[in-house]
Amino acid sequence: MTGELPDRSAGLTRRAGSCPPGRPLFRQCLAARRKIDCVRAYFDHAATSPMTPGVLATYTEELQRVGNPSSLHASGQAARMRLEEARETIARAVGAATPAEVVLTSGGTEADNLALKGLYWARRAADPARRRVLLSAIEHHAVMETAEWLEAHEGAELHWLEVDAQGRVRLDAYQETLERYAGQIALVSVMLANNEIGTIQPVPRIAELARAHGIPVHTDAVQALGQIPVDMSELGVDALSLSAHKVGGPVGVGALVLARSLSPVPVLHGGGQERGVRSGTLDVAGAVAFARAVQDATADLPARAAAMRELRETLIAGILESVPGAEITGSQGMERLPGNVHMIVPGCEGDSLLFLLDSHGFDTSTGSACQAGVSRPSHVVLALGRTEDEARATQRFSLGPETTAEEVQRLLSVLPGIVERARAAGMVSATPSWAVS
Amino acid sequence: MKVLAAMSGGVDSAVAAARAVEAGHEVVGVHLALSRMPGTLRTGSRGCCTIEDSRDAHRAAGVLGIPFYVWDFSERFKEDIVDDFIAEYASGRTPNPCMRCNERIKFAALLDRALALGFDAVATGHYAEVRYTADGHPELHRGADLNKDQSYVLGVLTEEQLRHSYFPIGATASKAEVRAEAAERGLSVANKPDSYDICFIPDGDTKAWLADKIPMRPGLIKDRSGEELGTHDGAMTFTIGQRKGLKVDRPAPDGGPRYVVGIDAAANTVTVGPREALRVGELEGIRATWCGQPPEGIGHSREDGIDCEVQVRAHGNTVPARAWLGRRDETPGADGTRPAGQHVHVALEEPFTGVAPGQTMVLYAGTRVLGQATIDRTRSLDPAA
Repeated sequence: MTGELPDRSAGLTRRAGSCPPGRPLFRQCLAARRKIDCVRAYFDHAATSPMTPGVLATYTEELQRVGNPSSLHASGQAARMRLEEARETIARAVGAATPAEVVLTSGGTEADNLALKGLYWARRAADPARRRVLLSAIEHHAVMETAEWLEAHEGAELHWLEVDAQGRVRLDAYQETLERYAGQIALVSVMLANNEIGTIQPVPRIAELARAHGIPVHTDAVQALGQIPVDMSELGVDALSLSAHKVGGPVGVGALVLARSLSPVPVLHGGGQERGVRSGTLDVAGAVAFARAVQDATADLPARAAAMRELRETLIAGILESVPGAEITGSQGMERLPGNVHMIVPGCEGDSLLFLLDSHGFDTSTGSACQAGVSRPSHVVLALGRTEDEARATQRFSLGPETTAEEVQRLLSVLPGIVERARAAGMVSATPSWAVS
Repeated sequence: MKVLAAMSGGVDSAVAAARAVEAGHEVVGVHLALSRMPGTLRTGSRGCCTIEDSRDAHRAAGVLGIPFYVWDFSERFKEDIVDDFIAEYASGRTPNPCMRCNERIKFAALLDRALALGFDAVATGHYAEVRYTADGHPELHRGADLNKDQSYVLGVLTEEQLRHSYFPIGATASKAEVRAEAAERGLSVANKPDSYDICFIPDGDTKAWLADKIPMRPGLIKDRSGEELGTHDGAMTFTIGQRKGLKVDRPAPDGGPRYVVGIDAAANTVTVGPREALRVGELEGIRATWCGQPPEGIGHSREDGIDCEVQVRAHGNTVPARAWLGRRDETPGADGTRPAGQHVHVALEEPFTGVAPGQTMVLYAGTRVLGQATIDRTRSLDPAA
């Protein structure tokens, strides 16, 4: 499949004309002045996912209704009813003990903030000695930055749990830390699945070990939802963060599923909604759309995950076969998110790969965190014991339920040529041309 | 052609990109992230390198309807520009980091990558013009707006780099015109203030910034005869031609003011002398490069030299001069420093005042840039020197 690149290397060919019918709205060439190629393939579901027609219909329908669920009149009561139905649906889908455990938020970031800050403050208030927070070295920035803020401003002591070369938390080291500091630990936070490399963590075991010491465990399940089973009771965690837009719901909606026994200190103060833990007028349409998206994503999860896993394996096999030097990072098989493919291609700048893929019609990501759109060597890849150069040479392809075999094949058909070209463009860190001459 | 437009977030590069689009080229915008920690460089809207600048560039690309990316060159920038700047000052020289950035980042690391990725040229918002001779050789000329002319900092470009450089606003009569055009095109950066100082020094206070990076060692202030006149806190905080801030208790024999006329970083001494001692009549440059074809007929002696004009500062005056080739040195220093390369000698017809080693001299023939060299030695016109 290696071969010559079509002559659109700089990504400048823009196809005019109409979009194929039946495509989801997000792919259509809208009025944007930048003509986005119509035959694009979306491989960035870990960033955000397309809203399904069913969710879109539910969402827009609900948006047409008036009523604040906290109001006492008939419209308010009707809104409350729809909200609570949504809450129940979400609770059922993620194995919450009661719907009351579902605290609706503005998304995953807020859920993570509430879990870490709220639980840290509450536990510290109850026992001033509890200032230690254990978290994996490869958490999402929403957890990492929140923890670092607690360290900088609230006297928290952070214990970054080491991961192995696949990104799994080292349980022996974790257990040791847990036992040594048990009486001083405020909480443990370990993500269920990693957003960059797709590694699934042994969260049930992590929770079990902490439970023996009565220490609450939070898990960021934002990437896991809709990909692998997410069940509060089976995981054994006390708090779990979710986001709607990763599973075809709207952006700006999420939840912290929180054991009733826990009362975090609120981050947002106000009218006392959501058990007094999260004030703010409730977003009924968002909650209803979120519920529909979660329901759709979990109803046929085994089949949905199996289909993604099959495409993932095709893509991984194709990369290993046709891209010289490429390595797949993270865990393999059932310990990897069905929709995640993350590769290191030594000698290729991730930025170059992204640019070339984009210009060939593929939406991908370098996989690392962005600040002002700049990719930095990823803390996740570095935590695997990789070098800075390797951490710069990454690309993530995240698949979704609507990804097709044809899209994967199309990607594989251009990838070797793209890699070759990116490799020719070299690494920024490499010896520059002026020094050679 | 396929053009990669380097967009700093300022008005010049935005209009340059706009003109490249309008000229029918296939344009992609790119912003270079030059700091590992955006925000630790200059803050506010005055310079480059901030998150706000990146957003401004992104927005401008959006208005132009071109794809836009941010590429991380912070590592290269730190090594080649920032560290080099500090090392040069530590050795008692006065470098020009903008020039170095053009030489090593914009028209080297970035251009190399652009060409490898399939682009034909890099476009920037510099005020300078590339013109082609009848036989197809590129020449670099001053920008039409002489107040904004940036040909000096582009003097390091070679023929090959010039072939892939595109300066769409170089022929514009004035900056005001560029701003007006930006406003007309709906670019919100139309009224963004110009950047003046060094982009990686947040408040423009070079001395304070350097004092933080280079250990200060107190040393002696001497006159040209070697007599000790006082002490200083660190040689690198001085520049040639400086008058203020010298802790010298004795007046000069003739009662005139004293100026810094020499800095010896190795011996950590600062030499002072009268104003006349600053008047420089000859320059020796190293690492000379030609901006396009080498000037015709230049030889290895004054008689075989060429008549030209010389400029030693980005917006300084030029003086008529005679230039000829010196030796060619290809041996790297014992400490791994780069070889001095082609030496160039220049005899000035009118003196420059206060020229420091490390500064770049750019040779012109009329509006055309001939080439450049890093000033290594200067010869004072003052016989007492």
